[in-house]
Amino acid sequence: MAEEAAAVHIGRIAKQWGKKRGSLIMMLHAIQDQRGYVPRDAALELARQVDVPLARIYEVLTFYNYFKTSSPGKAVVSVCTGTACHLKGAPDILAALGEELGVADGEASEDGNFHLQSVRCVGCCGLAPVVTVNATVYGKVKPAEMRGIIGQWQDRIDAGEL
Amino acid sequence: MAKVTINGIEVHAEDGQTILDAARLAQVRIPTLCKHPDLPPTASCGVCVVKIAGQRGMVRACTTPVRDGMEIITQDPEIADVRRTVVKLILSNHPNACLTCGRNGTCELQALASEFGIRRETFPNIVADLPRDPSTGAIELEPAKCIKCGRCVMVCQTNQDVWALSFLDRGIDTRISAAGDIQLAESPCIRCGQCSAHCPTGAIFEYSQTEQVWDMLMDPEVHCIAQIAPAVRVSIGEAFGYDPGTNLTSKLYAALRRLGFAAIFDTNFGADVTIMEEATEFARRLENGKGPMPLITTCCPSWVDFMEKFHSDMIRYFSSCKSPHAILGTLAKTYYAEQVGLDRDKIRMVSIMPCTSKKYEIIRSDEMFASGSQDVDIAITTRELTRMIQQAGIELANLPAEQADNPLGEYSGAGTIFGTTGGVMEAALRSAYYFINGKELDDVDFKQVRGLDGVREAEVDIDGRTIRLAVAHGLANVEYVLNNIRATAEAGDEPAYHLVEVMACPGGCIGGGGQSWGVTDEIRQKRIDGLHGDDLAHTIRRSHQNPAVQRLYDDFIGKPMGDRAHQLLHTSYTARPEYRR
Repeated sequence: MAEEAAAVHIGRIAKQWGKKRGSLIMMLHAIQDQRGYVPRDAALELARQVDVPLARIYEVLTFYNYFKTSSPGKAVVSVCTGTACHLKGAPDILAALGEELGVADGEASEDGNFHLQSVRCVGCCGLAPVVTVNATVYGKVKPAEMRGIIGQWQDRIDAGEL
Repeated sequence: MAKVTINGIEVHAEDGQTILDAARLAQVRIPTLCKHPDLPPTASCGVCVVKIAGQRGMVRACTTPVRDGMEIITQDPEIADVRRTVVKLILSNHPNACLTCGRNGTCELQALASEFGIRRETFPNIVADLPRDPSTGAIELEPAKCIKCGRCVMVCQTNQDVWALSFLDRGIDTRISAAGDIQLAESPCIRCGQCSAHCPTGAIFEYSQTEQVWDMLMDPEVHCIAQIAPAVRVSIGEAFGYDPGTNLTSKLYAALRRLGFAAIFDTNFGADVTIMEEATEFARRLENGKGPMPLITTCCPSWVDFMEKFHSDMIRYFSSCKSPHAILGTLAKTYYAEQVGLDRDKIRMVSIMPCTSKKYEIIRSDEMFASGSQDVDIAITTRELTRMIQQAGIELANLPAEQADNPLGEYSGAGTIFGTTGGVMEAALRSAYYFINGKELDDVDFKQVRGLDGVREAEVDIDGRTIRLAVAHGLANVEYVLNNIRATAEAGDEPAYHLVEVMACPGGCIGGGGQSWGVTDEIRQKRIDGLHGDDLAHTIRRSHQNPAVQRLYDDFIGKPMGDRAHQLLHTSYTARPEYRR
């Protein structure tokens, strides 16, 4: 997104939420919805427009797991580590994905295509262990299946679908 | 009024007073790592737990107000055990590196571990692997040593209104960091060092340059000289067992000479020169209606940095006069160099300052090189000088009284009060009065601008004119003053003030970020009293009457605000970005 357009977008968000106390989180949501994460320049622009110190914005951004401060990649791979999934082997799934993508939990792959993250309960414990890639849900997965799933998404990325 | 008992001792506490404060009335000190007298309680450390009769469990003394009839128990084996466990848990996330730490011997956590007799590690030691941040060259962050008490964050955000520091992440991963996960030098940090002055451990301390000073002192090719700031003399004694506020000027001259400095000068002389320029500037603005009102003082580099970053619309009001130590640096490499027949490049000037920000000031703009070389080569803090005196084995208490050297050593009472909030204002008034109407003041004590209130406003009469004054210290107090200036300027009214003094640190330089550890308002007041005592002890209490200053102007500078003065003694300001990344 061009810098100017980004400033206008943040200007709209700032106007919508104004300087009302307690609306910082909603404004950060709006930025992340638009751009997939909250880039540094957007946080700085927001700080300028609503007169909230950057320090405060980053306190909020880093407190909540949901907010990302770096680009999450084209395919966001989430491993549920809620109680049921944990008991059904989520740690092994996470390890297999980490090895496949060459990243640790919370990191993006070097080419920026994949982002691996552990999340808490995604709400379908009957399917444990669960992995989601973007909005697609994979249930009752095994570590050995991870290579295939990543391969499918790599194909879609290569085909320019994402 | 609440009648309570502390360990059976009856005391009358004030309503709303916390147990922590009320206990002092019964001569009980309840240990704490997060609560600091300058700051509201955060109840984050958990060391201050006490029992209340009839209540289950324990409460934190720092956040629990007393109630009438309360029976408080602050010490029994169970309380001691809980406190000991809390300290052990804090130690389990703290590097076991006391011997190589900047706070070895002055650390509050180390002191508690000692008091509670902790002899072994009960819990496994898990320390976050976080990098140091020395990027400012003024203060150094060691986040791995942070115990998350929150003092530095609160000082930086609330008391100083700078917002350079914050906590990032949460839970066990919580860490102290410059705003937005960058280097401190890229943040709005103004290097005031109040974070370091309030840190209980070695997570933030001054950027130490004592080794560079030793190298200069040992170098036979250079002529290494020193200057000492007003506030240092009434604080350094605390590290050597003296009461806060004890004036050690003459012993410090002797100590510096024994460390090997070839000449000892006094920043107070520079302060007197500052007044010659600043009071002249003020008198001109007032008399000729030339230049904007008020005149705002600029001796404090953190205030200058703060203004350049956050309030650059104020640049027009700023005095163009350099700070005393910068002036002394320039004069040492011009006037003094000429007198002793030395090449300025052979001279090394070391400033001993109460301040971490002075490390930045010496390179902040081209005017800091007015002599042709860097005017001040290194600025070290009171704490660094303390270590140098200790390393050299100098018994400060037994040193004879000595004098500073000529021609930059003699000072007036006005020069010495530069180290306290209100002091620059008072010194300026003493000379401005003379510059405006050619008469000397009968009474040079301007008590209305003294004290520790965050903002002090006063009016004085000079030659039938009412002069409005404002003094602010602690940068969160500045906005009120600046908004008054803006409001009258926008409305086209008479200016809100004619003269404004700002110092970044609470109490002024005597409460500076590089001073002896453990400052509170009680100690600040004693240091201020020490400087006022020094002022009173001087027969000459007006800068323009200092004979050494008069000689300087007669022989070298010419007129205040003249060509040579402008070239050597003045500077300029520029808007700077809050964030560099």
